[in-house]
Formats: sequence, C-alpha cells, structure tokens
Amino acid sequence: MNMLLMRLRGLVRKEILQILRDPSSIAIAFILPTVLLLLFGYGVSLDARHVGLGLVVDEPSAAATSFAAEFRRSPYFTPHDFASEPAAERAMNDGDIDGFIWLQRDFARQVTAGQSPAIALFVNGIDANNARLIENYVDQSWAAWVTHQAAQAGIANPTPIDIEPRIWFNPAVSSRDYLIPGLIAVIMTLTGALLTALVIAREWERGTMEALMVTTVSMHEILISKIIPYFLLGMGGMVVSVLIAVFLFGVPLLGSLVILSLASSLFMLASLGMGLLISTVAKNQFVAGQIAIITTFLPAFILSGFIFDISSMPAPIQLLTHIVAARYFVAILQTLFLAGTVWSVIVPNLFALLIMAVMFLGLARLTARKSLD
Amino acid sequence: MPAAAKMPPPNDNPQKALVLNRVTRRFRVAKRIVPALEGVSAATSPGLVTGLIGPDGAGKTTLMRLIAGLLALDEGNISVFGTDVSAAPLKVQGMISYMPQRFGLYEDLTVQENLDLYADLQGVPAADRPAHYAELLHMTGMKPFTSRLAGRLSGGMKQKLGLACTLIRPPRLLLLDEPTVGVDPISRRELWQIVDHLVRGAGMSVLLSTAYLDEAERCDEVLLLHEGQLIGAGKPTDFTRAMTGRSFLARADGTPKRMLQTVLAATSGVTDALIQGEAVRLVLDASTGPETIRPPGIMGLKLSPTSPRFEDRFIDLLRAKTAAQTPAAQPTQPATIQAPHDAAIEVAHLTKRFGVFTAVDDISFTVKRGNIFGLLGANGAGKSTTFRMLCGLLPATSGRLRVDGFDLRTAAATARGRLGYMAQKFSLYGDLSVLQNLRFFAAAYGLRGTRRVERINWALNEFELNDYANATSRDLPLGFKQRMALACALMHEPDVLFLDEPTSGVDPLARREFWRRINALADQGVTVLVTTHFMDEAEYCDRLVIMAQGRILATGTSEELKTASRTTALPSPTMEDAFVSLITADSAKRTGQTA
Repeated sequence: MNMLLMRLRGLVRKEILQILRDPSSIAIAFILPTVLLLLFGYGVSLDARHVGLGLVVDEPSAAATSFAAEFRRSPYFTPHDFASEPAAERAMNDGDIDGFIWLQRDFARQVTAGQSPAIALFVNGIDANNARLIENYVDQSWAAWVTHQAAQAGIANPTPIDIEPRIWFNPAVSSRDYLIPGLIAVIMTLTGALLTALVIAREWERGTMEALMVTTVSMHEILISKIIPYFLLGMGGMVVSVLIAVFLFGVPLLGSLVILSLASSLFMLASLGMGLLISTVAKNQFVAGQIAIITTFLPAFILSGFIFDISSMPAPIQLLTHIVAARYFVAILQTLFLAGTVWSVIVPNLFALLIMAVMFLGLARLTARKSLD
Repeated sequence: MPAAAKMPPPNDNPQKALVLNRVTRRFRVAKRIVPALEGVSAATSPGLVTGLIGPDGAGKTTLMRLIAGLLALDEGNISVFGTDVSAAPLKVQGMISYMPQRFGLYEDLTVQENLDLYADLQGVPAADRPAHYAELLHMTGMKPFTSRLAGRLSGGMKQKLGLACTLIRPPRLLLLDEPTVGVDPISRRELWQIVDHLVRGAGMSVLLSTAYLDEAERCDEVLLLHEGQLIGAGKPTDFTRAMTGRSFLARADGTPKRMLQTVLAATSGVTDALIQGEAVRLVLDASTGPETIRPPGIMGLKLSPTSPRFEDRFIDLLRAKTAAQTPAAQPTQPATIQAPHDAAIEVAHLTKRFGVFTAVDDISFTVKRGNIFGLLGANGAGKSTTFRMLCGLLPATSGRLRVDGFDLRTAAATARGRLGYMAQKFSLYGDLSVLQNLRFFAAAYGLRGTRRVERINWALNEFELNDYANATSRDLPLGFKQRMALACALMHEPDVLFLDEPTSGVDPLARREFWRRINALADQGVTVLVTTHFMDEAEYCDRLVIMAQGRILATGTSEELKTASRTTALPSPTMEDAFVSLITADSAKRTGQTA
C-alpha cells in the first residue's frame, strides 16, 4: 500500500475511534447545535407573542365586550382583566403585565354616538423594542375593530386614530422563519471551529502531537486527517440543524438542496480552517475554546447580518464584516430557505465562501509547522 | 577532565550515531532570552546506550527535541548517522524513534489500536505486522492487555506500550526522554531489560535521558548536562574511577548521624557528606586524605573506604563548576532542644475510597516528635491522598487521624494552623516577586506587625534569598523556588512540616542543601513527614513506610528494611532492592490468595 495512504488511513481511523470513544466531539457536532437551536429558536424572537395585557373596563357594555374580545382572540396577547386603573397600574409595576388598556366610562356612549372614543394605552417602556411592538399591535387591533364596527353600522371608515405608516406589519411572517436560517450559520461557525481547535489542542495537551511530529508524517497529512472526519461530523450537525429548522420550527425550505449542500460544505471547510488556525496558537483546550468563541461565534453573531442589518452599520464595521465567513452563509441560507434559489444572491456569496475556505485552510497550512517552536 | 578530553572532534562522521556540534538553543521567556543549551559538543557511538543525565532544567528535553527535528537550532549543528537534522529533518525522522515524556499514547485507543496507528504512521507493511506485534507484546509482557484502553493502563504499562509504539519500526537511533520518571522501580528495571535487549540483540543505538543518577551506571556512556552545558562525557566507570579512594563511610560513636553529617559537611576538604543508612557517606577532595579529617567536637570518628558511586563524581564536577561550597560554614549547630518524645502524628486504620476505587487502604503509623518520617512509593501508591487527608484537605472515609494532638475530623482548622505544607509543584505565585510571595503567605497565616517583619527577614536571611528579594519568582532557578516554597511553609513556625515530593527534579546540590535545612529543622524538634519516589532519599528518614496500591507493605528504619531483604545473592541490598523485593513478595502473596 502507498505509504502516504497508509499513514492517512491510520490517522483518520484513529480520529474516528477517538470520536466514537470520547463523547465530547459528538456533543459539539450534534448536541451543541440542537441545544442552541432550541434555545434561540424558542427564546430569541423579534415578535411579541402572548404579551400580558391588562384590560380595565369602567362600564361594561356590548361595545366594550366586543373590543375586548378582539384582544382575547389575538395570538399576540394574553389579556388579564382588572377592576380599576390603579390595580392594573400596580400589576404593570410588578411586571405581571407589559401594558394595559383603559376603556373609560363614556366608551360605549361615544361609540354609539359615532364619535371617536378615547381609549388609554399604558405600556411599560423599559424594553423599548417590546413597547413599540405592543403599541403597534394595539393600534392595529383598534383600527381593525373600529373599521369592523363602522362597516356594521354602515359608516365609512372614520379612521379614528393615526396609524403610524412607517412600520409595516404583517402577521403572517414570523421573525423565527427569518432568524433560524441565520442561526444555523452562526452555530455552524462555532461547531466547525471548535471541533478542530479542541481536538488539536487536546493532542498538544496530552503530548501526542509531539510523538506524531517525530514520525515521517507530514504536516499536510496531519491537517488532512483532522479535516476529513470533522468535516463529516460537522456536516452531520448541519443536517440535524436543517431537519430541526424544517420539521420542528416549520421554516420553509424553498431552494435547492444541492446548492445548500455545496454552500454548507464550503462554509464547513472555512470554519474547520479557522479552527486549525486557532490550534496553531492555542496549545490547550481551554484557551482554544475561548479563542474559538471570541473569534468565530461572536463576530458571526454580531457581524453576519443575522440579526443586525449590515447596511446600517458604520462604514469601517461594514468593511470588517467582509472577513466574516458567516456573513455569506447567512445570506445564502436566508435566500435558500425563504426565497428559493435566487442565483443573483447565491453565486456571489458562494464565490466568497470559496475564497474564505481557501484563505483559512491556506493560512492554517502556512502557520502549522512541524515544529514545537 | 580526562573523559571529556578523550572525546573525538565532532564531525559528520557516519560512524557515529549522533554528533552534536556546538549545539546552542535559547528560549524567549517574557522579555528575556534564556539559554537552554550553550555550545554542547559531543558524539555517541552506535550500538550503545548513551545516558543523557542531568536535573530538571538542564536542557535534556530540549536536546532530545533538537535531535528529533522538533525545534530549530540557534547555533551549531546536529547529525544523526551522518545526516544533518536541520538540512533533512524528514530523513532523520525516518531513522529515529522518539518517546516523549508522556509516552505519546492515545488514551482513548486500545493497546492494539495504538500499535496499529503507529504501524500505519511508520509504514510497516501489513505482512510483517503479526510477527512484529507478537515480538513486541512478548517483550513488553502486554499480550493479555491488547484490548484494554491505553488510558486504563498503569504508569509502568503505559511506559512499556509507549516503548512498543516507538519500536514498531525498529529505528537506528532510539530517543527516550525520561522514560523512567515516576514509574515504580519494578517497571524501571523491566524497561532497562528491554533497552539492554534491544541494544545487544538488534544493535540499536539508544539515547536515554534521566534525572536519576543511579541509572547512569547502567549506561554504556553518559553525557552529563548541567544548566545547558556539558560538564562531562564518557563511560560511567571512568567517572567512578576518578573517585577511587575518595569515598568513605563515616561513623562516630555517641554522635547522632544527622549531627555528624552537619559537622562533616562543613569541614574543609569534604566534597560531599550525606546520610546513608546509619553512617555518613563522605566524599573527599582529590587533595585531601582521610587522616586529615578532624572535625571539631567529634570523638572517635571512624572512616571506612567504600566503593565510589556515579553521583559522587557528579557532585565533584558540580562543585568544581559552581565552586559553591555548602554554605554551612556558620555552623547551624544542632540546638539540643529536648523535644518530648510523644507522637506528633498518629494515623490509625485510615481508609479513603473514591467510589469503588480504594486509594488508601487501612493504613496505620505513628510519627514521633522531631523525627523525619518518609512515605515511599511509586506514583499512584496513595502517598498524595494520605497527605491531603493529613493536611485536612480531604476527608477520610474511615479511620483516625491526629496531628499535633488534634483530631482532623473535629478540629481540622486548629490542626492546620500547626502544620506547614509544601506542595509538590511549589504552589507559589509566579508573577509575584520573592518578597511579595513571602508577605502574602505571612499574611495568609495571620502574622501581623513586627512578628510579620521578623519572620520575613528571617526567611530572607535563613534561605539566602536577599539577593533575589525583588526577582519575579517564576524566573528563579528550580532550587531557589524550592527554598522559597519551604520558607513560605515555615512562615508561621509550624510544629509539623509536610513535604510532598520536595526534591523532584531539583539538582543534586540543591537537594543536599534542602536536606541540610530539613535536618536542622528536625533537630529543633519539628516533625517532618515527606513523600518521595527517590529511593535513596529514604536514607534521610528516621523511619519510613513503603506503600503500594494504597497499602503499607513495610514500616521501619531504612537499615531494617534493607536488612530484611538481604539474601545470599544480594548481600548488600540498596533501598531500591528492598522495595522491589517487598513488592514482588506482596504480589506473590496476593496471587497466592486469589488462586
């Protein structure tokens, strides 16, 4: 057998046995993405859902009940009834509800009189983003109800209040569908980099790297033997993530699976390359883990455009995002999942991913020397 | 010295296994350049075992890594069988095998899988493997364990598996970096048998580094390293021959051995004086005759000649090199404080279990006040666990423990205030200066005001640390770190001192220096409990126990233990012989019980 192939076979087989025996790499490849996806998928949402909203009705009436029912039906609110305004205010101060609506004494009379009734909305403004959302939801519900009432009464839309036109709201699109694909990219950045960085740091820690280096194995072979098994493992994690996205979170996957596999492969190679690069600096697992989180996960989270819009960042930061491989992958994933195979988006980003993969693997090869210096 | 002068001029002679030519390597530590090796030139012959001998920090591992092509040379060159390492590292790596200090094993892989991996890496043809594996497994006695995970092997078995893996493709030059450190004496002996077999049978050349001076005598030739410099090279017999007529055993009726040693060490003309059994081993200057030794105040001194050891020559060379006489000139005249001879440490039926694993199994011993008591055993014998229980750091599963009269179960904090503890790795703050460390430990022991100033000054003077007071402790030589650690442990004048492997890796001069201080402390009535895996350090102890697998195999003085293992084949056994015979007898007894 060819010597090179024999050495590679030995190294890859060793790596696979280690993966099977030591659960930590399996945990990184499968458990970590699953936990992060569940955590972020359920925890991070830009939508307001089941918001605790207080209702204070001074004088029960048909109109008031009908208006309150609007909120009881809504998936966005969990209404709580309060007997008086001070009681609702106390509940808001205690954090039991995020806001409340006060239908004052002459509400029903004003509605029947065809006047524009005054309703009071109190919102807890500590979480400004949430407050803005509640305000808009209430505006929407109010507008819908008034229109409905007017139609029943045969009156033209009185437009009782001013609807802010600059916030477009569409209850059919949930932010989760948009976040999950980006999240996959962020998680895969961490997984890929951690896998290689940690396993090589482990070899340094246990002194086995020293023993490997004295054999006639070349540095190429050591690196390739790390990339092959962990590429497969990382792609396994990717498959699990996509399955969770589609079947658990119900995110549509409209684009081509072939392109998805191609983009994921390129991205996984870039991530593994980053991990290899980290391992040339970090010779123990703790440091390797820390560096991996700081240099891959955080930039991917903040600078990939997954949550924070890149075009609204200051110019120097925008420039910085170009070396974050996750940026291109986020764009590809969001397109493939939500819009389909849009070539004008896919092609330039695939190309960028290719450059990233070559760059990181190349840098890792250049910096990894068969030496303890 | 003659042995060094006999060395051939270094060249790239292919007749030589290894040629070192002005080998120099420096490391950058923080902002300073620290030399690891300075102009080392030597050559070794093929088909021999060459010992690379020196204490920690002498540059042994650096030299091994340079030869293996893992580090780049700053100056000079190295050639292996005529091939320059810097020019063709892969070619050299094809000729050598190297076992690093931690054996380079994959602990998640079984014995067989480790062998397969290294066979693949070294390109051993599949057809040759079965025969070769059989031979290696037979030689190392690993046959019954092929499916066991390497991580589950004992230290001695790991060492043998590591060796088997490096031998999977028989190299021309075998590099073994401290293969015997921390493994039990029996495994050490087995390793030496394998090495001898390889050299005699297969004509392999071996370079083996060790900090154990007694191993030098098993090598065909030795290179003696100290602080990055070659201070001697040649046959071990040349080294000992140079000492002919200079080694003696000294006895004086009516003078305790420790006092005799202290006085003799301070006598002019004495190169080395250390306790061996009931006598003091004395090494004299080349120009001093035994009749001229007249130490003051010692009556009836008797000197009897004894055969020189390798260590005698090493000390001789070090003294010449450093010109540092033991600064015992100001006679630390043993204070004759009559310590009450009650028990300072009482251990009865002490047991510690971690889950199903019994780390310490029903041990009992008593240490008298003012005695030096040794716990001897290989790594994993249960010494450190016993220690941690005695310090109140680890609760005992069962049994009784009293230190200085206080039960550690009920009054651990009080007992801890009476004891000083020097941990194995000298747990000091490396970023702080010597003075800052002393201040911190003084404060940690609750010393205040003038007492604190007094104790810190005492530490600086007593341990000769004044010149280093503002030096960063990380950068101190190992011997000074050890002194500082001892100073910190003694800050609150404890009655009981615990020393966990205090001399591990320290050079022989610093070891002697250290033991001189410990002896003085014991004479002042401090009770000292020490763990060690250096068999010869047992000689310093008044009494000792030998531990293996959590149990005590024997208790007694070093003399008693050695006498017990005396046979006609071995009329004057060493401490190591005694240890080995005890272990062998014990395992024979246990297998007899289970059979």
